[in-house]
Amino acid sequence: MASASAFEYAPAPESRSVVDIAPSYGLFIDGEFTEAADGKVFKTVSPSTEEVLSEVAQAGAEDVDRAVKAARRAFEKWSALPGSERAKYLFRIARIIQERSRELAVLETLDNGKPIKETRDADLPLVAAHFFYYAGWADKLDHAGFGASPRPLGVAGQVIPWNFPLLMLAWKIAPALATGNTVVLKPAETTPLSALFFADICRQAGLPKGVVNILPGYGDTGAALVEHPDVNKVAFTGSTAVGKAIARQVAGTDKKVTLELGGKGANIVFDDAPIDQAVEGVVTGIFFNQGQVCCAGSRLLVQESIQDELLDSLKRRLSTLRLGDPLDKNTDIGAINSAEQLSRITSLVEQGEAQGAERWSPACELPSSGYWFAPTLFTNVTQAHTIARDEIFGPVLSVLTFRTPDEAVAKANNSQYGLSAGIWTEKGSRILAVASKLRAGVIWANTFNKFDPTSPFGGYKESGFGREGGRHGLEAYLDV
Amino acid sequence: MSEKTDKTEQQRLSVFKTYKLYVGGKFPRSESGRVYEVTDSKGKWLANAPLSSRKDARDAVVAARKAFGGWSGATAYNRGQILYRVAEMLEGRKDQFVREVADAEGLSKSKAAAVVDAAIDRWVWYAGWTDKIAQVVGGGNPVAGPFFNLSTPEPTGVVTVLAPQESSFLGLVSVIAPVIATGNTVIVIASEKSPLPALSLGEVLATSDLPGGVVNVLSGKTAEIAAPLAAHQDVNAIDLAGADAVLAKELEIAAADNLKRVVRPQPVDYSQTPGIERLTAFLETKTVWHPTGALGASGSSY
Repeated sequence: MASASAFEYAPAPESRSVVDIAPSYGLFIDGEFTEAADGKVFKTVSPSTEEVLSEVAQAGAEDVDRAVKAARRAFEKWSALPGSERAKYLFRIARIIQERSRELAVLETLDNGKPIKETRDADLPLVAAHFFYYAGWADKLDHAGFGASPRPLGVAGQVIPWNFPLLMLAWKIAPALATGNTVVLKPAETTPLSALFFADICRQAGLPKGVVNILPGYGDTGAALVEHPDVNKVAFTGSTAVGKAIARQVAGTDKKVTLELGGKGANIVFDDAPIDQAVEGVVTGIFFNQGQVCCAGSRLLVQESIQDELLDSLKRRLSTLRLGDPLDKNTDIGAINSAEQLSRITSLVEQGEAQGAERWSPACELPSSGYWFAPTLFTNVTQAHTIARDEIFGPVLSVLTFRTPDEAVAKANNSQYGLSAGIWTEKGSRILAVASKLRAGVIWANTFNKFDPTSPFGGYKESGFGREGGRHGLEAYLDV
Repeated sequence: MSEKTDKTEQQRLSVFKTYKLYVGGKFPRSESGRVYEVTDSKGKWLANAPLSSRKDARDAVVAARKAFGGWSGATAYNRGQILYRVAEMLEGRKDQFVREVADAEGLSKSKAAAVVDAAIDRWVWYAGWTDKIAQVVGGGNPVAGPFFNLSTPEPTGVVTVLAPQESSFLGLVSVIAPVIATGNTVIVIASEKSPLPALSLGEVLATSDLPGGVVNVLSGKTAEIAAPLAAHQDVNAIDLAGADAVLAKELEIAAADNLKRVVRPQPVDYSQTPGIERLTAFLETKTVWHPTGALGASGSSY
């Protein structure tokens, strides 16, 4: 989609040959790949080409039961291991991830549709870092601030989304194993492959059978896992609607639950902000991972006096973004993860236009096959508009304005969500004042969409319960 | 006692107290005009307590939300001073609470006195926590990059508390003090059978420099008042201490509608010094990132 004024780039595709995708995969239960009890399978496709990548076994309730039983059997020995031994397994896993990082990055790009530069430079380094970080906690839990010898919960049922398949797996599995729990994890139906490759990493690391079980499947598989009476801990990342359903499912049980749900992050740009950096931050905030990020800065709140200047810069910058083959190392914007997600984005954008907001996209040619959506800006947006309230989970930015810091805070907080926010200003006291008033779990000041295993992540209000990452992330897997 | 004083006592008709709710710093009767009979453990009539309605519950949420900004924005030192002030005020009215707790729970005077002492001490304990909890559960995060990254706890918002049914005063204090210590505001539903110590606590709170609306005390049928509060979109968390298993499940399901933070009922020995679980249950963790710049080999980038 390079505009006439931008440089032309020759294609620079990353080689697919580093990854060997089998025509079919089973469920990973008790250390073995196995077919689903009822023999069901589903296909996973590459969102950028619609090419079928592999056929994957689809877990049903019976498979969930088998996997939970395997995890329960494994729990006794795994939780009794000295922390220092569990740590070594996690360090091994971290190292193998580093060794196989290129392979996994290409795989993830193929199955998810996100650009290789993101899987290579963001996802995979963070995945390895999470295992390293939590490996180090395994033998130091007495010092984590939850009392002496905090106990694991048991079997963790974990359900993860498709936007960061392997990273979300790492966020869930690393702290669970470090604290002595065993896991049954359901990857998303559109992105099951990297979790199945992770099963192979567990095998290479010599992880005891049953400690990690992987069950690809759809929502009903996840529901069966959450409902299973022998699951002690439920961890879910995904939509707020499903999060609420899970909160109802676990009501009246002893299951501990953490939910990482939706967001409608406000990115607030004050008139004294360094405009170029702010524009980069706004772009990172909403176009990183095609906007398919729960903490995306999907609402730009710009101080009225610099609105024109900022929007001009932003539009100029968007015109230089390169959309296309995710395996091309020059690609900034890849494919939308699925046809279903594309139609959700399309429908919300149509509502935005119907409600009177003004739509803009740079000149942009979309590939003829695959699921694509051009980076999109909406101006003339009011707080009542659907596109200012609902999570779109796509490359769509709604621009609103404000005059005073109080108004910025009021608008930023006017949301059912409370996951993330951004503040752009040169004035330190303003950063601290505004940050303290925002009702959001992660606030980026003069930066955006930064992640780190040592840093807790999670939301206020309807963005969910609990925190992942850091010392705080341990609590979700300990009996405290 | 001499016959003479006996005679005087017979002539002296005692003054009954009209027990009222404590909402938004005021003492309203129930909007519904309803009351219910409260008896002591032997069935002797003690007073008519307000039988709160759904409207009273909603009014209490409005008051609690209104008070949240000021209370959560107060300094931790200030909140600690006020919690300690509650202990001071209670100390001075100990006899009244000993009598009310003895009547409510059928305890001897000495046992009731021990319970009231423990409740006063609990306010002191939590008073000391207000300016320490952030240091214990917050902290700096050593992220792999040039960023200053800090996690701090913040109150979750408006909290509904179903006070324990049996421990009408010590239990009550044990569930509301941690909620407000961290800057939340609270709507508490008093023990259904024994609401009088809770209603009297309202009078103490009103004279303890606690801003109106920070604590709101309702009496009546727990299940009836709790239902609209568990479903209320402007309540952020609910402590189900005073619910039985059936009610707790029902309320937890209702609470899922806006993803309230839920504390499930659990066996608690309120005479023991509590841990920090009830403080952290109503805290959010806010993490702020800021670039620090980096001094590279060739010079400065900040």
